[in-house]
Amino acid sequence: MTLHPIIAALRKHKAGVVLISLQIALTLAIVCNAIFIIGQRIERINRPTGLDESNLFMVGQQWVNVPSGDDPAGVEKLDSMLKEDLVALRGLPDVAAAAPINSLPLLNNSWNGSLALKPGTEVKKEGNTRSTYYFGDEQTLSTLGLHLVAGRAFNAGDVQHHGFRDQSAPAGVIVTQAIADKMFPQHDAVGKPIYVDGSTTPSTIVGVVERMQVPSTGSWANDFAWNSTLEPVRLNANFSRYVLRAKPGRLQAAMHSIPSTLYAVNPLRVLDDDSVKSYADIRAEAYRADVGMAILMGVVCLILLAVTAAGIVGLTSFWVGQRQRQIGVRRALGARKVDILHYFQLENLLIAGGGAVVGLLLALGLNRLLMQHFEMQRLPVIYVLLGIVLVLLLGQCAVFVPARRASNVPPVTATRSV
Amino acid sequence: MLTYYLDLALRSLKRSPGLTALMVLAIGFGVAASMTTYSVFRAVSGDPIPWKSSKLFVPQIDMWGPNGRDSDGEPPDAMDYLDATTMMRAHRAKLQSAMYQISPSVVPTEAGKHPINVSGHAVYSEFFPMLDVPFLYGNGWSAADDVQRAAVVAISSKLNEKLFGGANSVGKSINIEGKDYRVVGVLNNWNPQPRFFDVVNSGGFSTGVEDVFMPFERAIDVGIPNDGNTNCNAVPAESGFIGLQHSPCVWISYMAELDDAAAVATYRQYLDGYARDQQQAGRFAWPANNRLRDLPEWLDNQHVVPSDTKVSLLVALGLLVVCLVNTAGLLLAKFLRRSSEIGVRRALGAQRTAIYAQFLTEAGIIGLAGGVLGLLLTGVGVASVSWVLPKDIAALARLDFSLLALTLLVAIVATLLAGLYPTFRASRVQPAWQLKSN
Repeated sequence: MTLHPIIAALRKHKAGVVLISLQIALTLAIVCNAIFIIGQRIERINRPTGLDESNLFMVGQQWVNVPSGDDPAGVEKLDSMLKEDLVALRGLPDVAAAAPINSLPLLNNSWNGSLALKPGTEVKKEGNTRSTYYFGDEQTLSTLGLHLVAGRAFNAGDVQHHGFRDQSAPAGVIVTQAIADKMFPQHDAVGKPIYVDGSTTPSTIVGVVERMQVPSTGSWANDFAWNSTLEPVRLNANFSRYVLRAKPGRLQAAMHSIPSTLYAVNPLRVLDDDSVKSYADIRAEAYRADVGMAILMGVVCLILLAVTAAGIVGLTSFWVGQRQRQIGVRRALGARKVDILHYFQLENLLIAGGGAVVGLLLALGLNRLLMQHFEMQRLPVIYVLLGIVLVLLLGQCAVFVPARRASNVPPVTATRSV
Repeated sequence: MLTYYLDLALRSLKRSPGLTALMVLAIGFGVAASMTTYSVFRAVSGDPIPWKSSKLFVPQIDMWGPNGRDSDGEPPDAMDYLDATTMMRAHRAKLQSAMYQISPSVVPTEAGKHPINVSGHAVYSEFFPMLDVPFLYGNGWSAADDVQRAAVVAISSKLNEKLFGGANSVGKSINIEGKDYRVVGVLNNWNPQPRFFDVVNSGGFSTGVEDVFMPFERAIDVGIPNDGNTNCNAVPAESGFIGLQHSPCVWISYMAELDDAAAVATYRQYLDGYARDQQQAGRFAWPANNRLRDLPEWLDNQHVVPSDTKVSLLVALGLLVVCLVNTAGLLLAKFLRRSSEIGVRRALGAQRTAIYAQFLTEAGIIGLAGGVLGLLLTGVGVASVSWVLPKDIAALARLDFSLLALTLLVAIVATLLAGLYPTFRASRVQPAWQLKSN
C-alpha cells in the first residue's frame, strides 16, 4: 500500500489532523516527564540506608526539671540518668539490643559539619568533606546493623560522654566508605587522622562502615547523602534518643513495653505519641512527599493516556462515518477488509508519528524548563523512546475498534446515494 | 432565541451520546486535576498576613564573611546572639523582635499526670503587636517585662484548654521547666500557615501549634535552650548554651516592622552602618553584605512553596490543555458533520452570528456538564490529597465556595475557547456548496 492516498486524504482534514497530533505531542511531552519523575522518586525511596531496618525502632524522651548539661556536675547527673534508661531498656524481654543515638537516617534531624585533612580550617571551607555526625556508644553500630568493612567497631574504652553542646573532637571515629573514598582515594583510611569541624586536634579513623545515610532527606543534603561519621560519645542533654532492636516478631510488644518501663525508672519525663516510633514509620514519613508525588504523576499519566485514546477513537469514528461511501467504493473495486483496516491503522501511525516527533521536542523543552526552575535532572533518552513507543501503541489500540468497523462497511454502500 | 439554541444543542448532543460523554469526561477530569493541584498550590502560596506582609522585614547580617556564604553569595539566614541582641537594643524599627524556638516541658498541677512537652518561641514584647497576634484573654507582656525578664508567658488556646479547661487563665501560673510563670495572655487559635515568623526553623508549614511564648531574655537567663537549627561556621570556643551565646553560630530569627519606604531606606542605612562599624572594630574583615527582604520576598527566598507543588500544578495544567485540544478536535468533527444542516440554516437566512451563537451554546453546555463533573471529581481529589501528600501541606488544601466557583468557571470558559475554532469553521460553511452536494 502506498502512502500517497492516505496523505492526500489527511490533507482534507488538516485541522483535525493537526489537533490530534498536537494532543499526542503534548501527551508524550507530559507523560515522559511524569514517568521520569516517578522513576526518580522510586529510585530515591529504594535507596538503602545501610541499616538493618527490620525490627528496629526509636525512642525519644525528655526529662523534666534536670540540670542543663552545661556544667560538669550536670553532665554527670544526666549521664547517670541516660545509663539508667539504657540498663532498663536492655533488660526488656522483647528487646535484643539498645543503644543511645542522636538521630537516625531519614529522621530529618541532623548535626552536620565538615571533615578536613588539615587542622583549624573553617567549617564551610572549600575542599572540606561535608558530613553528618552520629553519636553513640559501643553497641550503637551493632544495634543499627551497620556493615563494618574495615578496621574495628568502638569498644567500651573508646566511649566518652559530654554535654550536648560541647564539641570536643573524639580520639577515634568511624566513617562511611563514601567519606573514606573521598578523603583517602588512594589509601586505606583506617588509622588516618582527620579534623572534625575545624578542630585543631586530630581524630583517628578506627573503622569504616559500608554505608550509612544522613538523617536529612531534603535536596540540600543530596551532595553528602552517604557522608556519615560516627563518634563514640554519649551526648548528655535534657533529652535523649535510643535506638532499639526488637527480637524477631516481637516489635509491637517491645514498643508497647517502653513507656511503662521508662516511667518506672523516672516518672518525671515527657513521652508522647511520637516518642516510640518504628523505623518503618520513620521511613514512611520521610518519603511521604515522594510517594505522594509519584502517585499524583501516575494518576495524571493515566488520565492523559485515557483522554488521548478516547480522542483518537472519537475522531477516527467520525472519519469512518464520514467516509462510508468511499470505503464502500474501495470495497466494490476489490479492496479486502484487511486493506481498509490497514488503511486506518497506517493513517493513525502517520498522525501519531508526526505527533511523536513534535512531542519529543516538547518533552525535552519541558524537561529543560523543569531543570531550570525545579532542580530536575536531565531526561534520559530512554524515557523519551519509551514514551514514543507508548503513544504509538496507544494510537494503534485506540484506532483498532473504529478501523474494524470501517472494514465491515459492505461494498454495496457504494451504490447507495447517501 | 437562547432557548431555541439550547434546544438545538441538546438535540445534537443526544444524537451522539458517546462523543458527548467523551468530551464531558475529558473536561471534567482535566478541570478536576488542575483544580485539585491548584487547591494545594493556593494553600501553600497564600500570604499568611496579607494586610501587613509588605511592612514586615527580615534583616540578614553577613557575620561569617566570604568563606561562610553559600554559592549565591547570600549571608546566613539567621543571626547570632550578639547581632540579634545589639539590634534589639538599638531599636531602630517601629516594632521588632528577635526570637528563637524553644521546646520546654510543662508539668501539670494535677498529681499523677505525666509532664507534657510544648513547643513555642522566646520573643520580645513587640512580637505580638507587630504580627497582630489575636488574643482570646489578656494580652502580650510589656516592654518593662522584657527588661525585667519577668516570669510571664502567653499560651495557645489549645494549651489553655488542656491545662485550664478553656477558662480565662490570665493571672494563673503554670510550671515550665520547674519554674512558675504567670499567664498574661491566651492566644485565640493563632496558627498562621506558613509559620512565617520563623521559616528557617518551621521550613514553612507545620501541623503543630505554637503553645508558649515567653520573654526572650528571661528564656536566656534561665537557660531554656534553643530547640531550632543551629548553624556554625566554627566550633564555639566555650561549651554549653552560654558558649552558643558567645559564639558566631546563627540560631536566632529576627523580624522588624517598617511602615513606609523612608523607614525601609533608613533601616537599610542603619544595617550598613552597623556592618561598617563592625568592620572598623575589626570583627568583620569584609564590606557590608546585608539583606533586607519583605515577607513575601523572604518566603520566596526560603522556598516556602515546595517545588513539588509547583511541578504538580504545571503538569496538571498541561493535562487541562490536552483535554481542551481533545475537546476542540471532537467539537470540530461534530460541527462539520452537520455542514448540511448549517447550509440549510444559512440558505434560509441565518446570519453567521446566529451560527456562532448556536454552536457556542452547544460548547457551553458541554463545558457546564464537564464543570459539574469536575466539581465532583475536585471534591474527590481534594479529599484524597490528605492521604497522598505530606500531612502539613495536605491539611491546608480546602474545598471552599471560591474553589467550586472557579472550577465551574474554568470548565465553561475553557470549553468555549476550545469551541471557538470549530465554531469559526462551522460559520464558514458555504451554503450553496452544501445544498448542491445534497
